[in-house]
Amino acid sequence: MGYRKVAIVAAGMTKFMRRALETPKELAWQAAQAALDSAEMKLAQIDCVVFGSAPDVFDAVHMKGEYLADGCGGWRKPYLRCYVGGGTGVFAVAQGWLHVASGMFDTCLVVCEEKMSSCLPHPQGAFLTIFDNFTEQPLKPNLLWIFALEQNRYMHTYGITLEEIALVSVKNKRNALGHPCAQLGAELTVKDVLASEVMAWPVHRLMVSPTSDGAAAVVLAAEDVAKRVTDKPVWIEGVGWCIDTTYWTNRDLCYPRYVERAARMAYAMAGIREPRKEINIAEPYDPFAYKELHHLEGLQLAPKGQAPKLLADGVFDRDGDLPASPSGGLLGVGNPIAAAGTMKVCEVFWQLRGEAGARQVPGKPKRAVAQAWGDLMQVGTVVVVGV
Amino acid sequence: MTRVAIIGLGFTPARPTSAHQSYKEMMFEAAQRAYADASIEAAEIQSFVTCAEDLNEGLSIFDEYTPDQLGAALKPMHTLPQDGLHGIADAVMEIRSGLVELVVVEAHSKASNILTLDWIVDYATDPIYNRPLNLNPHYIAGLEMNRFLHVSRVTPEQCAAVVAKNRRNALRNPAAAYAAGLTNEHVLNSPYAFYPLHENELAETVDGCVVLVLASEARARRANSQPIWVRGVGWANAAFSLEARDWAQADYCRVAADIAYKQAGITAPAREIQVFEVDDTYAYKELQHLEALHVFANAGEAGRATEQGATELGGATPVNVSGGALGVGNALEATGLYRAAELVMQLRGQAGPRQVKAAKVGLAQSWRGVPTTSGAVVILSAD
Repeated sequence: MGYRKVAIVAAGMTKFMRRALETPKELAWQAAQAALDSAEMKLAQIDCVVFGSAPDVFDAVHMKGEYLADGCGGWRKPYLRCYVGGGTGVFAVAQGWLHVASGMFDTCLVVCEEKMSSCLPHPQGAFLTIFDNFTEQPLKPNLLWIFALEQNRYMHTYGITLEEIALVSVKNKRNALGHPCAQLGAELTVKDVLASEVMAWPVHRLMVSPTSDGAAAVVLAAEDVAKRVTDKPVWIEGVGWCIDTTYWTNRDLCYPRYVERAARMAYAMAGIREPRKEINIAEPYDPFAYKELHHLEGLQLAPKGQAPKLLADGVFDRDGDLPASPSGGLLGVGNPIAAAGTMKVCEVFWQLRGEAGARQVPGKPKRAVAQAWGDLMQVGTVVVVGV
Repeated sequence: MTRVAIIGLGFTPARPTSAHQSYKEMMFEAAQRAYADASIEAAEIQSFVTCAEDLNEGLSIFDEYTPDQLGAALKPMHTLPQDGLHGIADAVMEIRSGLVELVVVEAHSKASNILTLDWIVDYATDPIYNRPLNLNPHYIAGLEMNRFLHVSRVTPEQCAAVVAKNRRNALRNPAAAYAAGLTNEHVLNSPYAFYPLHENELAETVDGCVVLVLASEARARRANSQPIWVRGVGWANAAFSLEARDWAQADYCRVAADIAYKQAGITAPAREIQVFEVDDTYAYKELQHLEALHVFANAGEAGRATEQGATELGGATPVNVSGGALGVGNALEATGLYRAAELVMQLRGQAGPRQVKAAKVGLAQSWRGVPTTSGAVVILSAD
């Protein structure tokens, strides 16, 4: 069936940094204003606001969505906070799509914000509270611990080496050198990555995205409004999301089947039959180096276990056949959780409009996919855009 | 636009404690009832929404813990840290966009697990300007009530009458936790909690879970149950900052109501709607919200109507015949869904001793409590 056409007409973001002096509300508003200004739009033209942010415990603000409402422009307007853990940043754009595609609103401002630095001594401590109270918390797990398990399983199943995974860090941190908002752009070698300290075997420090403060925003509009406010609308062609069982210990972690389901939902909407051929740019979620490879496989952009080979062949380089994370990804630009996902949507928006500056992918790309991942290695969220 | 209907309702009765059930078991029970009511299998459901706040659950990223007990594993599902009525709004958008035909909305409360709820609520206040005051956050309701009484000329007796009415109504509702035969004097003689708010004017928390099944018109026509149509949904936030808000009026509720009325084509709510389930987390809020909903010309009139019994069961404008939050209990994010559940029963004609005669159209409204200015409105009808 036909869906109401919805476009992204504007995008904006703050710099991503280890510790921002701005309050969460100020960060959210800076991103929202940057997006509105880029399309010369006023808040009065916005019908509704969608907000995304990850755990309240970072800021120690209960009902963080309510606290941030006015900072996001959600004043005397319909305002909704959505939340699927790390998958929030891309899901929020799908949530915005629902607002406009339902016919209930013509414009929607989507803002995602995260301020992790106020969590002391380190936000990693807050993640203890995401685990099951009875079966997991007594073990004092953290994210490095469970992602080390997953990376190990991925490497073991497909015979992948650490050098192959380290290449993701090298590529993304180099790509980030071209991003004016990036926190950790760097020129590194595989040797540098493998020489960095082991956080939890086999995860090395340079394979992990940083903790960050920042915000990102996009403006969505129905077809008639979109054509009025911009000459270059970027259409949302597909959205998809999927959650897997809570019991992650019962799943085979070698493959993210929930990402596959979410991707297939979005591709079906977009009429994509052969993603590998029909998608020009991918922004897969890369909080850890192996995750980019894992997600490229879940997104059906590489056969299972084959993403490392394609990476080594240069397929995912900015000038490769299928550039992946040309923004610099979470490893390079930074990882203010929900905002990082929206940053990926901003990136594909700029890339398809030819506005990505030093990061521009050559060859006039027509179609791109952004993806995020969250909860207990459990949620896939996907947005497909095209011009 | 595709019409949307509620075709399944399931809930557990609201109770002050629920030591016999975990929140997962509670969700499972309510979901089983809702799916049976709609005569559907979990496998048919295409999308799920749960409404929950991390700090109320005692877990970060509570979304992780939602899918299995609803049958949502490997399906589209997401969490809204909002009231359950926002969840209905989300489901309506999912269906109207053409994405799915069958959506489940869930919200629950395990408030009895929270040892220090007021402290948790305190963490919702502005961390820079307000939290350093180190006050119990209900003071915001006391301040607001004071301003509201001053501007609206509503009397403390009229607020007390709201409590007496709602807790009396709850006597007819087996799902209510705080039914009581109170008089205005009982309420006014209870100590001040946060002047001028009396202890009995605060809704006390309950545990419970509500699950609704929503469907597109085409899917609803195939259902075995009587579909209850969603005629309008609206939601809005006003100023969060205490320093910038309107302390006398519930402007969030007015904006939300105007959106919902426009969708439903309702211009004279008091005449066109027969049942109102309105937020009464604090007694004065019912009167403030009735003004914002345009049910009465102003809150003063709502107060007088309450005193004269016009908002009782059998009156011209029945409000909170379920007992409201004062009678049923404050079920945190599920509070709005208990209001919507009551409407479904009323509009199906299944409300037993508290049935409103000739109830064709109903309105449910929620507010997310202090310190928020977040509200939602849902309008349902039998045809």
